[in-house]
Amino acid sequence: MIDVLLARATYVAAFGLVALGLFVLVDDQNLLKKVFGLNVFQTGVFLFFISAGYRVGGAPPILAGDGPYVNPLPQVLMLTAIVVGVSVTAVALALIVRIHRAYGTVREDELREVLGDE
Amino acid sequence: MSELLVALLVLPIVAAVLPPLLGLVWKRSGWPIATAALTVQAGLALALAARVVEEGVASHAVGGIAPPHGIELLADGLAVPFVVLIAVVSLGLLAYTRVAGPRSNPFYSLYLLLVAGLTGICLTADAFTLYVFLEISGLTAYALVARTPGGEAALAALKYLFLGTVGATFYLLGVGYVYVATGTLNMADIATHLSTAGHDSRLVIAAFAFMVLGVGIKVALVPLHTWLPGAHSKAPVAVSVVLSGLVTGVAAYADIRLVLTLFTPEFFDAVGVANDALLVAAAASVLYGGFSAVSETNVKRVLAYSTIAQVGISVLGIGVLTSTAMTGAVIHLVGHGVMKSGLFLGGGCLAARYGATTVEDYAGLAREEPVVAACFSVQALGMVGIPPTAGLPGKWFIALGAVEAGYWPVTALVFVSTFLSVAVFGPVLYRLYFHAPSERATTPQGEGRISFGMKAITVAATLATVALGFSAPYLGRLLAPALEVL
Repeated sequence: MIDVLLARATYVAAFGLVALGLFVLVDDQNLLKKVFGLNVFQTGVFLFFISAGYRVGGAPPILAGDGPYVNPLPQVLMLTAIVVGVSVTAVALALIVRIHRAYGTVREDELREVLGDE
Repeated sequence: MSELLVALLVLPIVAAVLPPLLGLVWKRSGWPIATAALTVQAGLALALAARVVEEGVASHAVGGIAPPHGIELLADGLAVPFVVLIAVVSLGLLAYTRVAGPRSNPFYSLYLLLVAGLTGICLTADAFTLYVFLEISGLTAYALVARTPGGEAALAALKYLFLGTVGATFYLLGVGYVYVATGTLNMADIATHLSTAGHDSRLVIAAFAFMVLGVGIKVALVPLHTWLPGAHSKAPVAVSVVLSGLVTGVAAYADIRLVLTLFTPEFFDAVGVANDALLVAAAASVLYGGFSAVSETNVKRVLAYSTIAQVGISVLGIGVLTSTAMTGAVIHLVGHGVMKSGLFLGGGCLAARYGATTVEDYAGLAREEPVVAACFSVQALGMVGIPPTAGLPGKWFIALGAVEAGYWPVTALVFVSTFLSVAVFGPVLYRLYFHAPSERATTPQGEGRISFGMKAITVAATLATVALGFSAPYLGRLLAPALEVL
């Protein structure tokens, strides 16, 4: 069991990050920390893709030296996904600034008290 | 001529850059630019529709790299109704926003980007590009919800953002699993490689679970719906129209694409529990959405819950997996898009002039605003499924398909949802027509007025609903080639 997990350490790490990120997103009352959780969750998925494209002994995918190369496609996909992730973070932070301006808090429990439960 | 597909995506994105740029010299440049761009967009969409009717399928290899290695754009009989729906509804809505607002330039930039994202979801034949377009439409939708001033809308938008992003990221994770299983990202190519990987292999089942879960959050299937009532009711009226009429419908289209093109019916033959799960979630949506709508008093929230129920009916049609039911699902999604837009527009008119936001406020308003009230009523009857509106044929085909496939509970649910719709809209219409108007309710509030454009588009939506009701057979014929895999 341990051997299997060690041989796939990056996958274990990737899903560790996914679980950790989701937990923070659901559990933490601070809206800013929820955004951090969302980022960690997304990073876990990025790591999963990169791990899937890796091969043992693979060279960087620049067609100069001898192969075999690692798969460049997941890396390209994740560049796009990282850009999307940054945009999401930017929008989320902008919204949190507005919420803070309106209610003077970024904590969900305090917001619920102000607004009444909906 | 396949450049038509590219033009449909590039035009709104390029036009979205213009309002902030021209805004430096011309303050109110957003509305004219959006109108010009979306008029052309609607023309292009109709041209594409004509081409697909003639030739069956239009496809384009982006950058000249042939699929499956390159990114493919593809329009078939399934994609075209949604592309036309998006272009026409978004263009028509501008008649409403000219006076009612929002009028700022950033709004129109976001609006055009949203149109590009939604059109992209319909036209892409690539699993990863679908993720990108889901996020483009998602991000702009979050920002548009927050166009209402104040903290409540921002909070609703943030909740929408958290859930929407988790959904899109789950979908991305599913794409990763599919890529590991098949080594390709082109949907049709994935479908041919899936059988080699084994439809019932754990990898493929996990991929299906992640992808459908991710898209399910965007479709607002119960219990993944919690973001929807807040986001749809706190947004400005124009944005509610787009969210309820287009965004959830297009997400359901993505679901159909996954089921038909990517996983194909063979996957469901091998893994029967997959469409059972889809049906259970859809049934929960129909019941929960219906009952919640009955117990709501705020009209916008009533309409939002009704969206959950109506899209749930379409997903029932998808889960039944016969070509009759699938035809019904598509017709119902398109019909719901038009009818729900009309309801939000009618409600928006009454809210703008009389400040009417709750069912109670609607008392006697039919006497003050007979045209708007009549339009609202026709659309409400459409929601119930009274002929000749667009509400009947979709439900009819779904119920019929369910009978053919022996899914009796689905047929029963379609009828239950009809009764629930009566219970939802009956009291509203009764108040509109048969209650004495209260002094406060019929006094115009402030300087809010119903402009000619607002009234015209509300009437146009009503006429479109009736026209769609009659043209359902044509839509069915257009869809038939795309549904042959069933």
